[in-house]
Amino acid sequence: MRRSRIASLLFALALPLSASAAELTVSAAASLTNAFKEVAAQFEKAQPGATVRLNFAASGTLLQQMAQGAPVDVFASADQATMDKAASQNLIDAATRRDFAANSLVLITPVQDGPAIASLQDLAGDPVKRIAVGKVATVPVGRYTQQALESARLWSALEPKFVQADSVRQVLDYVSRGEVDAGFVYRTDAAVMQDKVKIALTATGHTPVTYPVAVLRESGQKDLAVKFVDFLGGAAAQEVLGRYGFGKP
Amino acid sequence: MTTPPPAAFDWFPLVFSLKVAFLATVLALAAGVGLGWLFARRPFPGSTVLEAIFMLPLVLPPTVIGYAILATAGRRSPLGAWLDEHLDYTLIFSWHGAVAASAVVALPLVLKSASAAFSRIDPSLEAAASTLNQSRWSVFLRVTLPLAWPGILAGTLLAFARAMGEFGASLMVAGSIPDRTQTLSMAIYDAVQAGENDLALVLVIVTSVLSVVILAVSNRYLSLR
Repeated sequence: MRRSRIASLLFALALPLSASAAELTVSAAASLTNAFKEVAAQFEKAQPGATVRLNFAASGTLLQQMAQGAPVDVFASADQATMDKAASQNLIDAATRRDFAANSLVLITPVQDGPAIASLQDLAGDPVKRIAVGKVATVPVGRYTQQALESARLWSALEPKFVQADSVRQVLDYVSRGEVDAGFVYRTDAAVMQDKVKIALTATGHTPVTYPVAVLRESGQKDLAVKFVDFLGGAAAQEVLGRYGFGKP
Repeated sequence: MTTPPPAAFDWFPLVFSLKVAFLATVLALAAGVGLGWLFARRPFPGSTVLEAIFMLPLVLPPTVIGYAILATAGRRSPLGAWLDEHLDYTLIFSWHGAVAASAVVALPLVLKSASAAFSRIDPSLEAAASTLNQSRWSVFLRVTLPLAWPGILAGTLLAFARAMGEFGASLMVAGSIPDRTQTLSMAIYDAVQAGENDLALVLVIVTSVLSVVILAVSNRYLSLR
């Protein structure tokens, strides 16, 4: 009697794990957070019965999770390099890969008491003590930042001022709280906190910021995953992405 | 991206962790002994609540501690703004921040063992010392502290081990800046995130061996009592 009660309890605990048939796990770059929440809601409406679970982090972190066997159906990265790595590790179905959005790299400063910056060279000046950048090894915005600053021959000179962040959203957070004097994020992130951060300039000298998406080879929901990828390219999703400041690929 | 050539082993995170843990333990020891004595021997109205507040870091998630320190000493907080403006000093993203965070999480371990050790001392011994024309301070140093010492030391070693393992609060307060504020725990986290599993494994072994040594020594002091 007691044993059966324990068994039914265990069964009840296991139930949420074996959730509804059409559950899609989407791992998406941190910069997509706001837009993807809305896109996912629209997709769920268009596909009755489907549930989208969103997992946001830096693209490199997401890649590492998938390489360690995280059950993910769709991967949306903030740069091509991370998706290339996913492809070389045989994690994605290469035929399903496509670009669905574009972005640009901007330098932001706190609205309150932020230093005046007109050019990248101003970052070398005394008023700028700390600059938040994404970790180059795992955060795409960090790699774009490195490219932009290397083109301007400033990377090594500015290195002592760097505070490295785990994702683009952490850079945004550091700047918005005034803990750093400047930081590099995507234009779309800056738009999320317009009341706290202002865009000083748009950086150049880096490879274009394009977002690739692909279905995972090990996905247990391939049909639904392909539908989600197609949905991203469709008019409804593109309208949402556009509203959050993303460009067309 | 090509994989970089195998670089020489970076000792900074280990050395930095030891330094931060040592300083944090010294701070926690000083505060813990003082507060432990106060709570055990000179209870006052509200001291139970105050002791519980100092014990909070033991049970709260480290991110809460990190957030609390950011809210108290961050540049937008009154204290942080004042320090920044008048002394050009910021706790955030400096190694002082790592020490502060580790000290706060290590304090409960010293505090609890110190207050337990003080409350177990027979007051008649201290009374006897007072009759021998010793000042209160001298009684504390010559009688109370030596009697409580084994318990305090065991707690201190645990505090050191805890400070060595601190991650969440330090990451929020000091950031993970290579060669400046990157502790051993953060170096492991970064290595795993970047897929450098070999490096992560080496660091995990280093930190595990170190922790086992500290805990073994601390157990020995506990069993000596």
